[in-house]
Amino acid sequence: MKAFLLHRERDFDWDTKLPKNADDLIQDLGLQTLFDAMAGEDRVIPTVAPKVVLGGLRDVDALLYRQAVLRDCLAHREIVREIYALAEEAITEERRSFWGLTSRYPSTILRRGRDILPMFLAILKRMRLIAEAHADWFASDGFRRFFSMLETELEDDYLAKVDGLLKTVEFPDGILMSVRLGKGNHGTDYVLREFVRPNKNWIERILPPAEDGLTYHIPPRDESGMRALSELGDRGINLVADALGQSTEHILAFFTTLRSELAFYLGCVNLQEQLTAKGEPTCFPAISPAGARIRDGANLYDACLSLLAKERIVGNDAAADGKSMIVITGANRGGKSTFLRSLGIAQLMMECGMFVPANSYRASLSSGVFTHYKREEDASMESGKFDEELKRMNDMVAELSPNAFVLFNESFAATNDREGSEIARQIAEALVDSGVEVAFVTHLYEFAHRLWVERKDTTLFLRAPRSDDGERSFRLAEEEPLPTSYGEDIYYRVFGEAAQFLKS
Amino acid sequence: MDPPFFADLYLDQIADAMFAGREAYDLKPLFRVPLGDVDAIGYRHEISRDLENDEARKCVDTFADAMRAVRAALETESKLRYRYERERWRLDAAETYCAAIGNLNEGLRRPSVRSHGLVAFRDFLEQYRTSETFLRLADDVASLRMGLSGVTYDVLVGGERVSVRPCGEERDLVEAVLETFSRFRQGATKSYLVTFYDRGALNHIEEKVLEFVAQLYPELFTELDRFAERHADFIDETVARFDREIQFYLAASDYAKIFEAAELRTCYPRVDPASKTVRARETYDMALAHRIVATNGPVVTNDFELSGLERVLVISGPNQGGKTTLARTFGQLHYLAALGCRVAGSEATTFLFDELFTHFERQEDPASGRGKLEDDILRIHDILEHATSNSIIILNEIFASTTARDASVLARAIMERILALDALCVCVTFIDELASMSEKTVSMVSVVDAVDPGKRTFRLERRPADGLAYALSLAERYGLTYDRLHDRFKKVER
Repeated sequence: MKAFLLHRERDFDWDTKLPKNADDLIQDLGLQTLFDAMAGEDRVIPTVAPKVVLGGLRDVDALLYRQAVLRDCLAHREIVREIYALAEEAITEERRSFWGLTSRYPSTILRRGRDILPMFLAILKRMRLIAEAHADWFASDGFRRFFSMLETELEDDYLAKVDGLLKTVEFPDGILMSVRLGKGNHGTDYVLREFVRPNKNWIERILPPAEDGLTYHIPPRDESGMRALSELGDRGINLVADALGQSTEHILAFFTTLRSELAFYLGCVNLQEQLTAKGEPTCFPAISPAGARIRDGANLYDACLSLLAKERIVGNDAAADGKSMIVITGANRGGKSTFLRSLGIAQLMMECGMFVPANSYRASLSSGVFTHYKREEDASMESGKFDEELKRMNDMVAELSPNAFVLFNESFAATNDREGSEIARQIAEALVDSGVEVAFVTHLYEFAHRLWVERKDTTLFLRAPRSDDGERSFRLAEEEPLPTSYGEDIYYRVFGEAAQFLKS
Repeated sequence: MDPPFFADLYLDQIADAMFAGREAYDLKPLFRVPLGDVDAIGYRHEISRDLENDEARKCVDTFADAMRAVRAALETESKLRYRYERERWRLDAAETYCAAIGNLNEGLRRPSVRSHGLVAFRDFLEQYRTSETFLRLADDVASLRMGLSGVTYDVLVGGERVSVRPCGEERDLVEAVLETFSRFRQGATKSYLVTFYDRGALNHIEEKVLEFVAQLYPELFTELDRFAERHADFIDETVARFDREIQFYLAASDYAKIFEAAELRTCYPRVDPASKTVRARETYDMALAHRIVATNGPVVTNDFELSGLERVLVISGPNQGGKTTLARTFGQLHYLAALGCRVAGSEATTFLFDELFTHFERQEDPASGRGKLEDDILRIHDILEHATSNSIIILNEIFASTTARDASVLARAIMERILALDALCVCVTFIDELASMSEKTVSMVSVVDAVDPGKRTFRLERRPADGLAYALSLAERYGLTYDRLHDRFKKVER
């Protein structure tokens, strides 16, 4: 029995580590806000969401599989929540009856298995009933397989068989085992045999029948004898107790896996509910294979920023099909960083099977999203900071492969414009020529200008505009980089009219 | 009891390190008996070289492991009470023994085994394996083993009773459970198997069960009784001796490997009974080196040589420069050579001594009623009473507890006697003139570092004892040599 709701034919690997750049991504793209919105009050989603969101898939078909499952979840969220609650119930019940360490006595382990397995099977049966009632409403391959599995694997005959087996291992007629002789003529290779005494009458309960063989009765008050006898029985039970213990563990693992996989989808449902409540649009992206160089969106917005703001926020259209490099320049506070983030977030959400925050979106897959942002630390020493930037870049390069998507935000500016520009140019061009996709927010004029002069077909120039009165519209336009970023605007706004006066 | 020079030469430490982990074999008595003739030493060298072959070594190790298992099984047997349990341990011991004899015999047949000692033992094994005693043992073991491995029975535990009966046809419940729950399998989970620790002896319920099993297989268990009676003492005496004595070689070889692993050399010394020429290259104090190697420190090696008429090595020089260590090394080298072991160094020639004497400084013994000087003289007198021209005498810092003049007079007197005796001698001393007393004496001096005289080099060189090298280099360091002073004055003048 497998959940298989995140992958068509395998479990999600929950033990896998987050990618090395996970911390950078979370910080630079503000993903914690996204995870929090997904989680709501739930305690499982926070442990699950980062792993799925940051563990992007590189295969279009695998993503379509998830998109379909997510569509089902959005359409029938109450039923999915019910299944999720059942898995939760099983896990909680199991934990409640668990008293700590594994027992040293097979008979105790066996008893625990006999207690928990019926509870597990009862919950599984309730899941099966849900499946029988609602399976037809679900359209995704994932849910269809899941429901039909519940129906076939948990049919009544099977449940009855399990019931019988659990009764047998209560050993009402004694524990029968076959044994061989080992070292020192001690018994070894104990194999437990099924043993049910036919037609037990009252005499046989007291006197063992002859076919039992040579019999020894432990005299009354021989306590060590009784202990030895029960240990002998334990040796026989050992393997069966182990088998039951492991079966319990397996079913528990099924519930745990199911809960984790559903947690991701319910996190998506939660997120969508919040965005929709604000009137923000979401859409399922059209996905192309890596290398297709497709990136085109209408009203692409930064979901994390929106979640933090009261109002709806301004999105951008991104028409970057065929582009390997997007150079973003322009006015301060003009929405450059927001746009860069929205590119990164949309890519990550698409690559884990989620909807994206936009009216419409299509893009090709990457081999991984990376961020290289200006950092605040070590501000006292400019050379040290520049050194740190290069070191981080060096670390990142070790992780890059073709079709990676690298977001630079004001990188290599911790030196003068000329040096910074030269380094930025060399790095950016080297990446692009190696098949990496780059989006670069920069104030380095020489860098941006030089790219503009070359004006390759594969480079897109976006500029954050500034209307003449200094107000910003936050909508980027395809335009030539300018040597100013209108930093004075902000200066004047902050210092107010007095400064304006001084200027004149 | 160890002879008195063991402690002085650290031979006690060497023995402890060499035999560590092999205490059960009681090998120290072998270590206390140096060999008196060259052939006996050569006999050991041959065996030792044979065992340097990896396959031969493995074969002997395997045999030793098996014999340990045999003894352990017999030890277990001796502690047990219940008949069928005891007898089975005896049977298992005998089975291990028979297999070990066979394997050892096969192993010693390989062509690399050439030494007189091992070839003779192999011939013994060939005979022993076809002896009536051994064949009977092997046959009995085989038939009983087969019988017992075929024993199966059912045990039924219920209420306050336990029953034993021949094996039935009932379904394996474990398989039934695994099969039933197989559809839930999710990959590896932790094991819930409980480990039952064998407490060694059967409890009285298990004894009962075994008794019933014996009743199910009466003939087999009667045979088992007979086996124990018939083969009360099955280990052959010669085999037992081999098992012990071969460990001496393995221990010595493993000990040498400790040094080889640290890139220190060991070698089989040439032992020439006719000549008093002794020499060693890149040699070292094994006891000291063993400690240093354990902490990955550097070990300094030295050379020495006495040839022609030379008999006495006089070692002088600054303190803590490795003088005593070299004296000790000289003694160790000769003693280990006389045991037929590998010795420290890339090359060595040793003398086959009749007795080895040491005189190292002793703690004053208040109970003796004698002063320290008196005690020293008495001990040396005793040595000279017993020493012959074939003895080795090692003197360390004699007469340290008197005035320089007295010491010099006394030491020269003693040295005259040793020179007259023509014995080999090493003398560590601060009395420089001993070094040039005669053409029979050779002077070795501990070397100081030219740049930093405070640094110990632990190297010793063969050269006259002038007592100057150390002082000169110290002066250099403080800028007080002639040239340095000259330069300094010139600067001042200008």
